[in-house]
Amino acid sequence: MSSLPADMGDAAGVGASGTIGGEVDNTGNRPGRREPLVLGMDTFGEVTRTVCRVTEAKRPPMAWYIAFVISVGLVGLLGFCVLYLIFTGVGVWGLNNPVMWAFDITNFVFWIGIGHAGTLISAILFLFRQKWRTGINRFAEAMTIFAVMCAGIFPAIHVGRVWVVYWLFPIPNQMEMWPQFRSPLLWDVFAVSTYFTVSLLFWFAGMVPDLATLRDRATTKFRQFAYGVFALGWRGSNRHWHRYERAYLLLAALSTPLVLSVHSVVSFDFATSQLPGWHTTIFPPYFVAGAIFSGFAMVVTLAVPAREMFGLKNLITLRHLDNMNKVILVTGCMVGYAYGMEFFIAWYSGAIYEKFAFINRAFGQYWWAYWIMVSCNVITPQLFWFKAIRTSIPLMFVLSLVVNVGMWFERYVIIVTSLANDFLPSSWDMFIPTWVDIGTMIGAFGLFFTLFLLFCRFLPMIAMAEVKAVMPQADPHHGEHGHGEAASEEKGSHA
Amino acid sequence: MTTLVTTPSERTGPAGAPPRRLYGVIAEFETPGALMKAAEEVRKAGYRWWDCCTPFPVHGLDKAMGIRNTILPIPVFFAGLTGTTIAFLLQSFTNSWDFSIWALVWVTGYPFLISGKPLMSLPAFIPVMFELTILLAATSCFGLMFLFNGLPRHSHPLLANDRFRRVTNDRFFVVIEARDPRYRAGVTEEFLKGLGPCAVEAVEEEPCPA
Repeated sequence: MSSLPADMGDAAGVGASGTIGGEVDNTGNRPGRREPLVLGMDTFGEVTRTVCRVTEAKRPPMAWYIAFVISVGLVGLLGFCVLYLIFTGVGVWGLNNPVMWAFDITNFVFWIGIGHAGTLISAILFLFRQKWRTGINRFAEAMTIFAVMCAGIFPAIHVGRVWVVYWLFPIPNQMEMWPQFRSPLLWDVFAVSTYFTVSLLFWFAGMVPDLATLRDRATTKFRQFAYGVFALGWRGSNRHWHRYERAYLLLAALSTPLVLSVHSVVSFDFATSQLPGWHTTIFPPYFVAGAIFSGFAMVVTLAVPAREMFGLKNLITLRHLDNMNKVILVTGCMVGYAYGMEFFIAWYSGAIYEKFAFINRAFGQYWWAYWIMVSCNVITPQLFWFKAIRTSIPLMFVLSLVVNVGMWFERYVIIVTSLANDFLPSSWDMFIPTWVDIGTMIGAFGLFFTLFLLFCRFLPMIAMAEVKAVMPQADPHHGEHGHGEAASEEKGSHA
Repeated sequence: MTTLVTTPSERTGPAGAPPRRLYGVIAEFETPGALMKAAEEVRKAGYRWWDCCTPFPVHGLDKAMGIRNTILPIPVFFAGLTGTTIAFLLQSFTNSWDFSIWALVWVTGYPFLISGKPLMSLPAFIPVMFELTILLAATSCFGLMFLFNGLPRHSHPLLANDRFRRVTNDRFFVVIEARDPRYRAGVTEEFLKGLGPCAVEAVEEEPCPA
């Protein structure tokens, strides 16, 4: 499966089957040949220049400034809302009894889910030897880290007395009190903090060789020093590469079960409770599929403008986007299956509370949220069956936004509708968000985009070393004795 | 192809500065294929203190250089097991046992009885045991990889060389260090030139900060 891409000599257009909407079409899957993953570049130096240009340009494009100013403004809103909450109390949110979790945990689960696509691309696709991951893994991993940072804010501020949030950790204290390790909420603390740490290490380890590239190209003392510190003295020694590659493989193998565990543990927060609508065994796989679904949608949302803004169309090609849209289609179908199966089990279980919870979800006071969720998450991705839609840049951008909205509503529906109408009708209530709820939610997007824009500007946005390694020229037998193409083709078919 | 050799004497610094010690010789190649052939020759010639430096890991170069598999996975495995053990002991101590131990301060376990569940509820402890296994394995994998590589380091003779800067871009280098027992001034340079590089250059040690 993982054979070599077609000869690079073809890349400029001979090998590709034409264009789609002005983009080189390298989405073909003809047996016996590989479409190029890097377009219009014959040398490693061109890859280096294209990627480094983004951080080495005197100033970023105008669009970057506009996006940055808006994002930083929203970070201000986030800061204001969080401080207002801390100084006043969680009463500033629209929570009530019985709806004690709403926007806070919805946002937490939403952001954690977004992060999962980054780890899937960097770890699981690596283990499956999917070479196309090299074009998108770096910024997808960055997205993971920023998304987990956004996610972490919400559980931290929703506890009420934020100043004792360290009670979540088993730290010796004068009260001789320990956290309760049988609670899935505590598992979550460990799962999310492990996830953040491991993702950060994985991201940084992958970036070291590229930081060394930026260091070696630096034209000012400051840049050389700043990138030099983080490049850790990397000099491309093959004895180092040997251990590096082994470590990368181990990190991928460790991250794969980790990423599956994180959203499973998040789903335990709900599944281990007795509440109808939450107490289901399908939750862990259903949450993981939903997380990958939403995460890939976010990768497409970020990749489409980023490749445009920074001139990376030859590295993040139509093939990369097409593949991601296929993943969205597959995981969207899984999510749709889970929605259907939840209803089936609610009926099949014969439990009246369970039955009520689901009928109420679809036709009760929150019917609109439920149907937004179904139309965005089940119906929208079905459009990706059509290649014309999978390869249309404007359409995939719009659809990815729709999926993001749908996945936010999925968490809202699960959390709020289940809580609002529990066992005792006399305690039922509606949740209505306040401006602080909404401000915090929007502000978190501001934080996410601020961090992402800074990353694009100052760090290598594409894993240069990894992209070079999947180019046909990287094969030591490439172009050997004048029958290079034949040789590499043959090698490829046996690889 | 032009072959260029600079010797340390040609590259002396400011007048009066003591001559620097030789670090080694580098040969620059344009393609991974040329590097691979050169690497095989250098290994066959019996050199021991030598290396190949590349912008990305070249497939098959480990074999050409005769690099043995790293032991990295073994300590990583034991780090993972340590994480499992720590997590089990932490949870059973804090939620099931009631004796005191000294861990920087005196701490006492607490038999946490919730809804009549068993004090030692192993299934409930599994998620945290899993997470700490991964955490310790991954952090040690990251840390040990750089440690075994002798990184991070602030400076290196090769990094001070202008030609070598392209190693992180698009060029491939063979480096033979002067401390290699088979290194002979002049002979090793000629040997490297015979391998078809586009350039050969001597690299000095960095000046000692006096």
